[in-house]
This record gives sequence, C-alpha cells and structure tokens, in this order.
Amino acid sequence: MSKIIEGLLYSESHEWVKVEDGIAVIGVSDYAQAEMGDITYVDLPSEGDEVQAGEEFGALESVKASSELYSPVSGTVVEVNSELEAAPEKVNEDAYAAWIIKVRMSDEAELDALMDAAAYSAIAK
Amino acid sequence: MGSFAYFPHTEEDIRVMLERIGVKSLDDLYSDVPEEFIFKGEYELPVARSEEEVRAWFKALADKNTELKVFAGAGAYDHYTPSVIPYITSRSEFLTAYTPYQCEISQGTLRYIFEWQTMICSLTGLDVANASMYDGPTAAAEAMRMCVACTRKRNTVVASSGLLPNVLATLRTYARYSGINLVETWEVQEAVAEGTLDLAGVIVPSINKYGIIESHLGLADLVHEMGGLLVEYCDPSALAVVKSPAEWGADIAVGDGQSLGIPLCYGGPYVGFMACREQWMRKLPGRIVGQTADAEGHRAFVLTLQAREQHIRREKATSNICSNESLMALWCTVYLSLMGPEGMRKVNELCYAGSHYLHDQLLATGKFSDPFEGREFLKEFALQPLCDVKKLQQALLDAGFFGALETEEGFVTFCVTERRTRDEIDSLVKVVKEAAL
Amino acid sequence: MKYYDKLIFELSKPGRIGYSLPDAFEAACPSGACRPRQATLGLAASKETAAIWREAPLDLPEVSEPDVVRHYTNLSQMNFGVDTGFYPLGSCTMKYNPKINEEIVSQFNGLHPLQPEVTVKGAREVYEFMDKALAAITGMKHFTFLPCAGAHGELTGLMLMREYHISRGDLARTKVIVPDSAHGTNPASAAVCGLDIVVVKSKENGLVDVEDLKPLLGPEIAGIMMTNPNTLGLFERDIKEIAKLVHDCGGLLYYDGANMNPLLGKVRPGDMGFDIMHLNLHKTFSTPHGGGGPGSGPVGVAERIVPFLDIPKVSGFHGNFGVILRACAYILSLGRENVKLAGPLATLSANYIKESLKDCYRLPIPTVCKHEFVFDGLAEPNGVSTLDVAKRLLDYGFHAPTIYFPLLFHQAIMIEPTETESLETLDAFIDVMRTIAREAAEDPELLHGAPHNTPIGRPDETTAARQPILKYSKIIN
Repeated sequence: MSKIIEGLLYSESHEWVKVEDGIAVIGVSDYAQAEMGDITYVDLPSEGDEVQAGEEFGALESVKASSELYSPVSGTVVEVNSELEAAPEKVNEDAYAAWIIKVRMSDEAELDALMDAAAYSAIAK
Repeated sequence: MGSFAYFPHTEEDIRVMLERIGVKSLDDLYSDVPEEFIFKGEYELPVARSEEEVRAWFKALADKNTELKVFAGAGAYDHYTPSVIPYITSRSEFLTAYTPYQCEISQGTLRYIFEWQTMICSLTGLDVANASMYDGPTAAAEAMRMCVACTRKRNTVVASSGLLPNVLATLRTYARYSGINLVETWEVQEAVAEGTLDLAGVIVPSINKYGIIESHLGLADLVHEMGGLLVEYCDPSALAVVKSPAEWGADIAVGDGQSLGIPLCYGGPYVGFMACREQWMRKLPGRIVGQTADAEGHRAFVLTLQAREQHIRREKATSNICSNESLMALWCTVYLSLMGPEGMRKVNELCYAGSHYLHDQLLATGKFSDPFEGREFLKEFALQPLCDVKKLQQALLDAGFFGALETEEGFVTFCVTERRTRDEIDSLVKVVKEAAL
Repeated sequence: MKYYDKLIFELSKPGRIGYSLPDAFEAACPSGACRPRQATLGLAASKETAAIWREAPLDLPEVSEPDVVRHYTNLSQMNFGVDTGFYPLGSCTMKYNPKINEEIVSQFNGLHPLQPEVTVKGAREVYEFMDKALAAITGMKHFTFLPCAGAHGELTGLMLMREYHISRGDLARTKVIVPDSAHGTNPASAAVCGLDIVVVKSKENGLVDVEDLKPLLGPEIAGIMMTNPNTLGLFERDIKEIAKLVHDCGGLLYYDGANMNPLLGKVRPGDMGFDIMHLNLHKTFSTPHGGGGPGSGPVGVAERIVPFLDIPKVSGFHGNFGVILRACAYILSLGRENVKLAGPLATLSANYIKESLKDCYRLPIPTVCKHEFVFDGLAEPNGVSTLDVAKRLLDYGFHAPTIYFPLLFHQAIMIEPTETESLETLDAFIDVMRTIAREAAEDPELLHGAPHNTPIGRPDETTAARQPILKYSKIIN
C-alpha cells in the first residue's frame, strides 16, 4: 500500500497538489517514487516558465528509466526546489515533503478536475 | 550444401537441430514469409574467394592507389603512429567486444573510455567529456543541437566561416532538418553584438581553415551576455600548445581525434570528441563512463547518466547516437599515454618548425605572396598563388607530393607535420622552383 | 579474468616518456619555438598575439612504453569479446569477426581523403564494388557510405525521406510512424530529423496491427520506419499490405537493417517495397564492434530516391573506409553461395535454442522465429528477475543476451545466436540456462547476488548517477 495524504489533490499521472493562497505546490506521490526506484536526477524547469495543465514540465530519472512530470494546473512557475539538484533521493525518502515546483495558478477551476485522496487511492494501490 | 570456414554446422548438426525444432528443412523456417518475397535467384556477387584470393584482390586494388608525401591537412593530418597502438587495439578482447552494458565483464573498455574522457578534459580544460562521437564534423553538429537544448527556447546558432568546409557542410545538413537557424559569417563578434538574434550558441575554430590560430578575446563574455553558449572546434593535438577552449571561456569543445596518431586511411574511421562545462552535463549527448564501486568496495566503472540517451529517452533524447567510435578512442588514449605532455609539445614544435621553414622557402620562390602576414600558424598555412594552381598541383603530384589544396577564395594551403623531413620539404620546394607555372 | 585496478594516470611519474620523435627539425629556423613569431622577426609581441598560446598546464600521464603496453594488456584481460565466448545479444548480430578482414586494411592507411581521384582508383573501386554488392543483396539501387553507424544511417535515411517530399512541394509531411516494438534509436533519429513520432501498436502475436495503422495514415505522414523481422524476431507477414497502405497515402517505407541477418539468402528489403534502408556493417557484415564502434551504416535507396542520395552531408569525408574495407573482404570471402546460407543457418540456431528452453523460460510468442526471439523471464521466477539471470550467465562464461528490450515484455530476454556458433556452443548455453532456471527455484539468493566469478560484482549504479565521477582526479582516488 503506498502512502496517500488526505487534503491533497492528485492527478492521474501521480502528481500531488497542495494549494496555498493561489499557489499550487506540486510533487509526486509515494506510489510514483516507489515505481521509479532510486531517483538519480530531477529535471526541473526554471522560475518564470509557463506550464499548462496536462503537459510536461520536467522529468524524474533513475538509472534505467526516465519518467515525465505532468503539471496538474496551468500557470507560472514561481519557485523550484533546488535542493533536489544535489539530493534527488529526497523524493524517495519522503515524496510529500519533497515538493518539486510551485505554480501561481492561472485558473483555479482546473483543480476541480483532480482527484481527492479517496479517489486517488483507487489507482495508487 | 558445401562447408565454409565460418559456418560450423555440419549436415548432421543441421539434422539434429531441425529435429528438435520439428521441421523438415531450413526452408520451413521461412514458411511465414509470403512466397512472392522469397528470393529464388542468385545474388549478383562473385563466388567465394579463398583467403589467398582475397589477399590478391586487395593487393591489386592497393596497387592502383598512389601513396603520396602528404603536405595537406584540411581536417586529416599525417601524424606519426607509434608502433604500440595497433598492437593494443587489435587485441581481440578490445576489438571484438560489444558495448560495455554488462560492466562486470567489460571493465577493460570502460576504463580506457574513462581515461579518454579524462585526457580530453585535460586537453580542453573542460569538466566533462563523453565516450566519443563519429567524427569532428558530426560532433560540431551535435554541439549545435546541444546549444539549442541548453537554452531551451532559442534557435539561432552562429558559425564562423573560418571553420573547415566539411564541418560547415555537416552543420548545414543537421541544421536544415532540425529547423535550427544557422548563421555563417566571418564577423562573428559583430553578428553576436547586434543582439537581434535568439542566440543559442556560437561555434568558432581554435585554428581556422587557413591554419591561422584565432584569438577569441572577449568573445565568451559577449556570447554569454547575449544568453548563448560558446563552442570551440579544435585540433586536439594542437591543444597542447594553443590556448584551450576553457581558457577562452568556452562552454563546449569539439573536434576530431584523428590528429592523435590515427592513420589517414582515406578518411575513416576517425573519432569525434565532445567536452563541456559541468553545468551542461545533463544535456551532453553520447555515452559517458562513471566511477563507482561494487558491494565489496572494488573500484568499478559503468556507463552512467544513461537516462539522457536514446534507449531510455527515445524521441526526447538530445541525440540519437548509439554506437560511437570506441576503438578509435582507445587508439587516441594509448597515443596520449605514450606521448605525454612532453611528446605532445615536441610534436607541435616539430610541426611549427617544419611548416614555417616551408612557408618561408615557398615565399622565396616568388610564386606566392602571403595574405596572412603577421598571423600565427602551427602546421597548416595558406598562401596566395601567383602562378597557375592546376599546373602547380600537377607538378607536385607528378613528383609524388600532395599539397597546395585550393580554397574557395583561391588560396592554396599546405600542411607540415612531424613526419615531413627537411629533405622532403627541400624536394618539394625544388619542384615548385623548377616547374613552369 | 583477473581484477587489475590501475588507471594509466596512476603509473605516471614526471620525467618518464613513451614517445619516439626526432629531437628537433633539422633546419635553422624558429625551432623549439611555438612562441610568437613576432619575437623572432624583431616586432613587438602584442598582448593579443601572445594570448593565443596555451598557458594552462597540460595534465597527461608520463609513462614509459613497456608500462603502457602492460597496462592496456592487463585492461584487455578484464574484457569479454566474441573471440572469448558466446554473445547471444538480440539485435546485435555478434557473429565471428574474420581476421583476413583485419589483414587487408593497413595497405590503405597512407591515403589522404582529399587526394585526387586518379591517385585513389583502388579505394574508389572498393566503393563501387560495395555499392553493387549491397544493392544485389538488398534489392536497393544505390548506397551512400557516409553514415558511421546504424543510428546515423537511420538519421540519413530520414533526411532523404524529407528531401523527397520537399522536392515535391509536399511540406506537410512531418510525422513518421514507428511500431511500439521499435528500438530507441528510431524515435530519437526521427526527432533529430525534425519529425514527430506516431506510434502504431502491435497485436498480441507481436506483429504490427494493420487495423491500428490505417487510421494513422494521412497527408501528414512522411513514412513508416520498420524492421523486418521485427524486434521480436518475427517476420512481419503483412508487409505487402503495410507497404501498399503507406505508399497509397503518399508516404515512404524505411527499413531498419539491424535485423537483416536472417534475410541473407531469403528476402530482399527492396522486393518488399522498402524505399530507403540502412545496413549495420558491424552486425550483418561481420566488422568488429570495437567496444562500441567504429561501425558503418550505409544507406540504400530505391530508384526514385537516388537523385537525393548526395544531399545530406552527414560526416566529414567518405564514411568509415576502414570498416567498409572489412565488410568488403567479408562479402568476397563468403561469395554468393555462402551469403545465401548465412540467414537460414542463423535462423536455425535461434529456433533450436527457443525450442530447447521454452519449458523453463516463458515464451510469449511460440511461433517460428527468425534470427532472434524473446523470452519473458523465467517460467517460474520465484522472485528472480531477468537481470539476475543475465548476471548469473556471466559467471558461466557467457555474455548475457539483450535484456529488458523490447519494452513489450517486462522481463524480456532477447537471444540471437548468429550462424557462426557451433552446436556444442549452443548446447552449452542451453545447459547453463537450464541450470540457472534450477538455481532460481533452489537458491534464488545466489542469483540476486550474481555475478560472483567476475573481476567486479554488481556496481552501485545509483551512486554513479547521483554523484557522477566522470574523470580521474588524484583527490578522489
């Protein structure tokens, strides 16, 4: 059973979103990090980049694989978690503490398309 | 069926195998191929030749070639090959090995590639090098693509018209299909300073096609200010004595390792190299070997950062490169191990002395003028002919020399490596003096 | 193999040399110089001219010749090659590398690539012979020999595909169809060529799903990239229909020649309707892999593409001539009668192994294969992965097959024996694979920790990627 936190929203591609004052804090779920195995690199966007809901904004790399990260919301990247550059393993250690990007949302209504913890638990077994 | 030295299967072997499989004949193994596609004719090929016949065939062809005293360069240089090298590279554990994906039985390959990477970083002064590219021109094309990948939304690369013609031709080819806006110019600094381009990168030669050692003072700062990367195309042999890409502030260095003792061999196989600053490491194409340890703590080497490559990233990889020129990288690694810093400096001193001697002697014949007076050159140089170029080239050929390559602008270039003796140079000059040109 | 842990830099001592060069050029001239010429001409050296010479130290090893030889000889003894043992690597065609091929190369070493044609008639004849020979074997019309590897050939072939469409004003064709079983170089090459990928699915039997292909076809399709047999070693028997569908929508067919070996003597890509193809001389035509190159990937085309053949300048001179020479010697040695046998014998060997092991390994597609086939892990894994099986094979003196490719099967083991392995070698491999299957049932821990008999054990690849050490430095070592 992978860990799922109440109060967060989830995408079908296993990203989580925490909303703080119009800012979407985004990371990947425990299920996602377990699927990837040891993460060796996080390919991050830059501050100021525009992201679109459902489109790639970066990637997780392991020794043998690469997995795209899809943004659950549209908007502008206001911060990236630069700690992950030197320590990508933080995502494995605690996927919910290791946020990846923070986005100022352009359309909060997009949050309605995401799943709550109960709905997500159905796909993240 | 007859037997053949490379096919171990006897009639009996074949019978045993067909029985295990449960079919009657080899043809049955192709029963799923539509009948109309089965090739029923004879290939238009000669019948099998014995080894002696193969030897004779190639000897006859070699006799139709003329080996000349090489006084030309233009991207392929007649440097000396130490006797040790072919002895090492023909060892079957190196020659017949596959790509080192199973690292536990490929430590030989992985370690020499690690050594090659280290030596390329020494020569260029940069932080990271890859396991090799096909050749210098394709390495330059990959560097062009890497500039675009590193600067994300930018799409223009400025290339100096002083790059070798075959490098420019390859850049043009890759740019055409990648949709990159390639701007060729002699006035690189001016083009960049204008600031109107969405500049991803700039590619300049360390030594240009006329053999002139270029100065790139201020260029790196300007290119970086404009948001682009600086790429330098270099002759690795010359890097022992000319300013390195790192000293010029370049981000990426590329070139061809052929000048590190690889024979001319009518153009290949050679080997491209590519090195970059650490900040661009994740976008470097090609294979990279890294150091690690096994569970018992033994130092171990392994292909690493593979998530950049085609077999993982597929269409999102920076490059499609898979096989590269590994054995030629071994060639260069052994070369550099033998030469060391002193040997490399000496090679260049000998080239410098010989080329300047020839340069002065040719000018003294009165049949050339010096369009680049005062500019420094190393082994290759260009002169303005005051004579008929075709007659000059023919006179040289008749006397067994290959030189006086004509450039687009009507200059002729010569190249003198450490293999050319004073006698050879004097003979060439004599031919020029005495010919009716 | 014995563990030898030195790097060349660790054998270095200041003052040692391994080179042999004359002391100085024999004429009175600015010698030993490499200093700005201005100084010797009596002109002031300007700051700018002085600035072109290297000032940074040159850190290269200082080792004497005997130590260099010993070092690389010892390194080689930690390597496995085709000459050492069996390499059942699917998609790589690790056949025997004949030594006569090596012998004939050096007599061409002294030719500069820009020498006038009249002085290199023999070298040009090699290209003429190879053009005709490869055309005869493949059914294509003419070849370009510039590409230096298979992926390079793919890229060149796609460039030709685009040129063809551009010449007809057909600029909307920006997509290329690739099967989901394709090798990673296919989509990567398409991307480098500025084309988008459209993926066509395979059916349960491993073949391209023609019904899935039909809706993908349209005016934006430049063509389809396929290999036949496909990466599962299965002949794409619907190729005639596929060719017709793609041609009818105005697209071209590209053949990835990595899997050409079983077709030698039996089928020609040109006859199947392919317009453009590449060959891997370092696979089908026996040139040595060299640890990862040099290879050669000549691209052949049908008549209507010939006018475009010289447009893409994808390498610096004439391609890898030394590699082309070796392939030429191979074709001469085999002759038409033995080229005809290579395919069927390779296919025989592959099917023999498949039938001999299908009880202890999972065979997802039980039909007749060509030169290679895929197992999907152990029939009874007991927690033992394909990686474990591969690593254990190393202990028994075999190179592992290709693993985890194609992506269609999660525990894929792709086996390609080639036609140059004896029945005894195949039987020995089969025995070892059976032993490993038994070990998986009885002692899985042994397999999880394999290999045990090699110079190093499984390396820590995670740390290698997280904290990359990509060159030697005294500090770390």
